[in-house]
Formats: sequence, structure tokens, C-alpha cells
Amino acid sequence: MRTVDPAYKLSSTQRCLVKDLLNRQTLLVASWIIIEYCIKNCLLLEHSLQKKYIMADISSNFLGIKSPNPFWLASAPPTDKKINVLRAFESGWGGVVWKTLGSQVKNVSSRYSAVDYGGHRVMGFNNIELISDRPLEINLKEIAECVRLFPDRAMIVSLMADNDRKSWQDIIKKVEDTGAHGLELNFGCPHGMTERGMGAAVGQDPEIARMVVEWVMEAATLPVITKLTPNVHSVVPAGRAVVEAGTNALSLINTIQSVTGVDLNTLVPNPYVGGKSVFGGYCGPAVKPIALKFLTTIAQDPLTKKVPVSGIGGISTWKDAVEFMLLGASNVQVCTAAMKHGFRIVEDMCEGMNNWMDEKGFTKLEDFIGKSVANITHWEDLDINFHVIAKIDQDKCIHCGLCYIACEDTSHQSISLEPGNPYNTYTIKEEECVGCNLCKLMCPVTDCITMEEHRVAPGYINWKQWQAQGLPLNDH
Amino acid sequence: MSIKSNRLTTEQYKQNFSDIHPPFESHGAALVEANRCLFCYDAPCIKACPTSINVPKFIKQITTDNIKGSAHTIFLSNIMGAGCSKVCPVEKLCEGSCVFNLMGEPPIPIAKLQRYSTEKAMENKWQLFHRKKSIGKKVAIVGAGPAGLSCAHVLSREGVDVTIYEKEKKGGGLMTYGIAAYKVTPQFCEDEVDYITSIGGINIKYGNELGKDITLEELQKKYDAVYLGFGVGLARQLNIPGENLEGMVDAINFIYDIRNKGYDKVPVGDKVAVIGMGMTAIDAATQAKRLGASEVTLLYRRTRQEMPCTEVELEIAMLDGCNIVWLASPKEALGVDGKVAALKVEVMKLGEADAGGRRSPVPTGEEFVMDVDMVIKAAGQEPFEFLVKENKINNKYGKIVISNNCATNMEGVFAGGDCVNGGKEVVDAVQAGKDGAAAIIQFIFAQVDE
Repeated sequence: MRTVDPAYKLSSTQRCLVKDLLNRQTLLVASWIIIEYCIKNCLLLEHSLQKKYIMADISSNFLGIKSPNPFWLASAPPTDKKINVLRAFESGWGGVVWKTLGSQVKNVSSRYSAVDYGGHRVMGFNNIELISDRPLEINLKEIAECVRLFPDRAMIVSLMADNDRKSWQDIIKKVEDTGAHGLELNFGCPHGMTERGMGAAVGQDPEIARMVVEWVMEAATLPVITKLTPNVHSVVPAGRAVVEAGTNALSLINTIQSVTGVDLNTLVPNPYVGGKSVFGGYCGPAVKPIALKFLTTIAQDPLTKKVPVSGIGGISTWKDAVEFMLLGASNVQVCTAAMKHGFRIVEDMCEGMNNWMDEKGFTKLEDFIGKSVANITHWEDLDINFHVIAKIDQDKCIHCGLCYIACEDTSHQSISLEPGNPYNTYTIKEEECVGCNLCKLMCPVTDCITMEEHRVAPGYINWKQWQAQGLPLNDH
Repeated sequence: MSIKSNRLTTEQYKQNFSDIHPPFESHGAALVEANRCLFCYDAPCIKACPTSINVPKFIKQITTDNIKGSAHTIFLSNIMGAGCSKVCPVEKLCEGSCVFNLMGEPPIPIAKLQRYSTEKAMENKWQLFHRKKSIGKKVAIVGAGPAGLSCAHVLSREGVDVTIYEKEKKGGGLMTYGIAAYKVTPQFCEDEVDYITSIGGINIKYGNELGKDITLEELQKKYDAVYLGFGVGLARQLNIPGENLEGMVDAINFIYDIRNKGYDKVPVGDKVAVIGMGMTAIDAATQAKRLGASEVTLLYRRTRQEMPCTEVELEIAMLDGCNIVWLASPKEALGVDGKVAALKVEVMKLGEADAGGRRSPVPTGEEFVMDVDMVIKAAGQEPFEFLVKENKINNKYGKIVISNNCATNMEGVFAGGDCVNGGKEVVDAVQAGKDGAAAIIQFIFAQVDE
């Protein structure tokens, strides 16, 4: 059990003040601030005791790296210096992956751009920022300070050295001296660094990735997580190569190469750098489905599923996090959501996950990690006799016609329209409905359209069996 | 107690008559609401609009930053879309039918969004319509109100040369002269008329009254077709003793003066009774209050269920501090020195339902007297019966009778708007103008073909 100096749990402003006052030997005032903190903490403790309904344990153990919750901040701008990381820890984040250290770089301005959708900002986000552009010595000093101030939180350091054994091993040595708990190898950064043969250039070639991991494993005493790039048709070959080379864990996904849009006045794509742009790494809620797919392939592969995975890619809420964990992630990393809302989002992530676990009867994270992996199968194993038909609850229907126009224009003409003034009545033509979900997905009213099960036949039959029995095809 | 003008300071007038429905303050603010729109298919709001504005489309166009397209969508259906966004009783039309009402959520602020797009178009003087080359046909329109202007715009687009004869000095009709100033300013009305006529091919001859300065016969001779859109105008009288006392005024004249003379020039009583519960009654009552009357009472012979104004309008009056007395009918105006000093009111009850299903008020015999120094009559407007009959136009109690294609019994004479329907919303008149124009174009081309 590590001991915690309570003074270091004060907010950074309070801490500076205490330090200042101590220096000036105004001990009385300094003591008062500490006393005040203790009173506040007692109140907080009382407050947390009131929340008796929170029963589940969301503490996480990833490769022996412990954190009070499974929410880490991903290696990115929010984790590139002490001030941010301390603020994150004060807000309650379970751990951070310090922004990538290694090769020497110089950044440009501007660096970010986003995709807005339907009046909401940042459905997707991209960046062209490189790895840390601060002096290595300062980063190392600050990492050590953060570890000392918050010893109960996970501190992982992301690395990307020049492509030679010595560069990698030198930096590993330096980082291990900081007291950090693990290393993450950045084989995923898709912009800038790739032009110098680093980042995604490593992750895209399983053999290069294998070689680098071998160099790393020769030197590393701390657990090593290898972060994979999604800029490949499959993450499994690189995943296998690095597992074979000895990586202790995987994390995925890094960002996806992208162009978020083009400015219709300047005709220059985003983000704008002196009249030009480059492909940037895409992240945020838009990439979550892609990340979940890649994650599942890793969780299902016989070799790669042997190592724990830290899930990344568009996680904004506790629900997203639970989904990643159900599909095999042992913990999750977050960046864009924090960049949008600040570190405070972790509060609901913890509370929401806790409440969900209580409702489901899960007492610890391991109870549900990977539980949905087996529920993604091959198409040819799906049950052809399973059939659903849409049903519109006329009491809930607001007559917007969105189900009708979606089905009529783009699906199976399975909804009938009875004209009314001003409200039309929409009903499902059950015999026409193929059960595609489209109407239900477009309906703006919760639970107005439901998909009701109407099996074609009681028994299970899949495509192969169907075909083997000579049952009718192309018969719709 | 007396009737007098100039009761308030300039600042108070300004505040009392400021825009009751302020516009969106920014594009971002408009986007928040525009993005809420579900983009319904065969949308109820379109069906509830007398001019069938494609509401979901124009709102979608706001969200895609296509404001020009949005304004075009609106004006294509309703060339007075800017004014209608301020005066339409949307709570019983588009917004009243918005599907969000069925979810128990506030409807999309359609009028406010419509105002957003149309004001942008007017401010920037976007020319969204192009007049076809003149086809050498001439049409006369009587009345530059919503029906006349709407008819003129459609005709001009089709290359017809239009001349409008308007008895007032300004166009816009009741929009300009008959609606509360806190809904539309006189300046806005003038701008709107200018914007509509900026398409070209529309010549408005102001100060020309049918039956006085010109005759229908002359118009029929000079033009290929005539469209009558002269509206209604005469206030329905109460036919009670004391009706001619000083201080007994017509709502239409009262509202007209407020818009025409300036707020400080319009005399208003201290204790004012307003007879009626239609939109005009509300406009008169609220504005009497806003001009500085200390007590304004609306008297209506039926109940809240039967009132012609909308709940929203009633709320405006109530929020302005107007008293409402239901089931009350004026019986006699009592005067002192020739000036109205009190109003004898009969208490009514609801009797049998009439053919239209509306229950008629029946006197109970009970009466009360209220002190007043001004009575504003807003019990409805009557058509220009004399003018219609003098010209031998088929009519029903002065309201012009038209066939399905908007034609009157006179060859080449068409009609629409309030002079036909007896007085409806601006938006109804705009649609009547469009229908009239379509009929006239058909008529003209039939002549060309011959």
C-alpha cells in the first residue's frame, strides 16, 4: 500500500498557496487551508457514504497496473504535461497515458478540425499534431512528480523512438527511472511521423512492428502495451506479430487517416496551415463503430485474445466504455470527449458504470469484460428462420411520416399511408415487412416502433443448411 | 376621466410598441431551433398553412446555410411570407399542428424561423424571382393588400403587366393599416411592399378608389382582366342607443390612426371598453392599454370556447392587464354632455347551437353599468356592400360570389380575399391572390389561343 501525503491531494491552486505560505512561514494560514481541506473531505466522505446504492467495484487491474477505475486518458494533448495530468487526477481519472515521448519534432499551427452533425459539434475530430514537442527532461521530471503526487493512479508513458534499437532502449531506460507503471508503444500515429518511418508506418507492417517490440522487450522491465493503427484492412496481423514478439498487452485503435472537410470559401481542406492541409488522425464518436469492430477481431483471434486490451476510439460515456469492455477491452482510454467537455466527464462515467453493474448484478469489472465477444459470429451462422416485423404504436405515433418515407423511398414499401388532415396514419404492411429495422431507427419517438418476433419456423437453420436442403433462394 | 393623446413619454411608447415576437439574435440561435425540426414527410405544418409553405424544406435549408434557398421556398408559396411570419396566428396553423405538440414538447418556432430567412432576403434585397419577358397582356388589380399583391406577383412572374389601383397612400392593405403596431411596424410594411414589387411589371396607382376615381367598366375596357381584392372595411355597428356619442370609435379607425399618425397623436380614454373578441378586438384593446389607458375591458357576448381570437392572443390581452367579461353584450351607451360616460351591459347566456354548431348568446335580462369614457367597437367588419351592388356583382350580403376559378359573374373580372370571404387571415388572402392569378393566366391564355 502506497502512502499518500494528504497535502498533495489539494487542488493545484491550493497546493501552490500552501507551498507559498509555508515558505513565508505563515504556518497558521497554511494549516487552516489543510484543515479546511480535511473538513471538506469528511463531508465528501459522508456524501459518498450516502451513496450506499453504489455497490459494484470498478477498480481496475491491467497487467498488475492498478487504478481506481478503468478510465484512462489516452496519449494525446490532454496528457502532455503535469498541469493537465494533475487536473485529470484531481477530477478522478483512473490513469493517464502520457503523450508520446521520443523523436525530436516541431509542431505546426493550426492542428485540429472537426465534423459537426445536425447542430452538434464534434461528431468526429481530427488532428495533425505530432508527438510531444517539449524537452524530454522536463517531461520525465513531470511524470515523476505526477506519480509521486498521485501514487494510486496509473501512469503509462507512450513512446515513439527513431527506428533503431538504441533509440528505443535509451528512452525506455529513462522513462523507467520516473516511476511510471507501464509503457505504450505508439505504432499508430497516422500523420507526420509516418513520413519519417515511425508511428503508423511501423504498425502497418507486422514485421517492422515485431522487430521494434523485440527491441523494446529486451530492455523493458515495465509492462508493455502496443498501440495498433486502424489504417490497415485488419489489425490482426500486426496484433499477432507484436504478441509473438512479447508485448504484454495491446491497445486500439489509434486515429484514422482522414480529411474532415473542405472550407467552401478558401477551398482548402481542414485543418488549415498556411493555405495547405494534410491528412489528419480521425477520432471522436464517429470512429467508435470502427474501433469496436477492430477490437472484436483482436478479442476473437486465438493468439491476440491472450493479452489484455485497452480499448480506445470515440468513447464518450460510461455506456461506450461498457460496450468496449463487453467486446473484450479490459479498460478504456478517452481523449476527444475530454477535449470537448473537460475532465469532469469522468464523474458520470464512474457513476453510470457503477449503477449499470449494480442493475446487472456485476460486482467487478471482470464479471462482464468480454461477455459480448461470442455474440458476434459469422454471417453464415445467423438463424434464417428468425424474423421480425415492425409494429407502430399508434398511441405514441406523432405522425411525422419519417418511417413511411424511409421505407417507401429506400426500403420495401412496407408502410401504408392513410391520408389525414393534418395527420396521416401510418401502419405496417406485415406481409411486406422484411424486418430491416430502418423505420424503427428513423422514428424520433422512443419505443414507438418496435420489432416483434415472428419466426418463420421454430427451428434454427443457417445459410449453409438452407442451401444444402435446397430451400428457395432469391424468393422475396 | 377623459379621452386624450400624448399620455406617455417617447420612451414608454417605444417600449410598449416594440416587437412582441423578437427575432433570433444570431444564426447560431436560429440553428438550434432549425435543427430540432424532424423534417416530417407530408408534414402537418404544410397542410395547416393556407399557402402550403414547404416548412420542413425551408427549415432544412436554414440548417444547411442555404438561407437564400430557404427564403425562396417560403416566397414561392407566400410572397408575404415575411409579414405572415409576424402576424399569422401560427398557434392555430403551422405551429399548432407541429408534431412536437403530440409529444408534449414545444413546437418548432416556425414563424420565427420564417422571419429569419425572409428578413435576410429583404435586408439584402435578394432577387429570388425573375419576371418572364412581357407577354403584352395587362391586368388591373383593385386593392394593394395581401390578395392583390400576391396576385400581382404571380402575374408579373408570368410576364403580365400589372396595374394596381389602391385607395390609400400605401400598399399592404390591412397588414399596413389594420394590425397592431407591436406585430408589424409601418416601416416594415412599406419595405415588404417595395420588396414584392421590386420584381418589376407591377405599377401601383395610389389614391385611386374604385367607384370614385375609377370605375369597373373603365378597367374592364382598358385591361385584359380585372382582379378585385379590395377587402372589407366598414366596422359592424352595434345598433344601440348612444352609438353616436363622442368617444364611441371603430376599432379599425383606432388601429389605423395608431399606425398612421404616431402613438402620441392618438387619443385614448382612461377607462376603455372594447366590444368583441376577434383579433381586431385584441389588437385594439392591447394597444389602448399600451397608449396609456388605465383600464381596458373586453366585452364578449359568448364564452372563451366560442371566441374567434386564439388563446395566444387572449393571453397577450390578459398579460397587458385587460379585463375580460364573458357573456356581456352592450345595450346602451350613456352620455354626459354628448360624450360617452357609461355603458349599460346586458348579461347573456348560451342558447341553442346554430347551424354551424356555435351556441348563440341569449339575454338573461340581467344588466350592469360600467363607467367608461371610450368604447371601441370591434364586432367585426362588413363588406363594401354598396360598391359591390352598384357594380352589379353577384354577392351574398355584400360578399362577392366567385366560381371555382375565382371568376365573378362579370366577364374577365376575378376576385378574392376578404371581399369574398368576409375577412380572414392575411395568409388566406395571399392564397386567394395566387388562386386568382392562376385563373387569370388561364383566362388570358385561353384568349390568346382563340
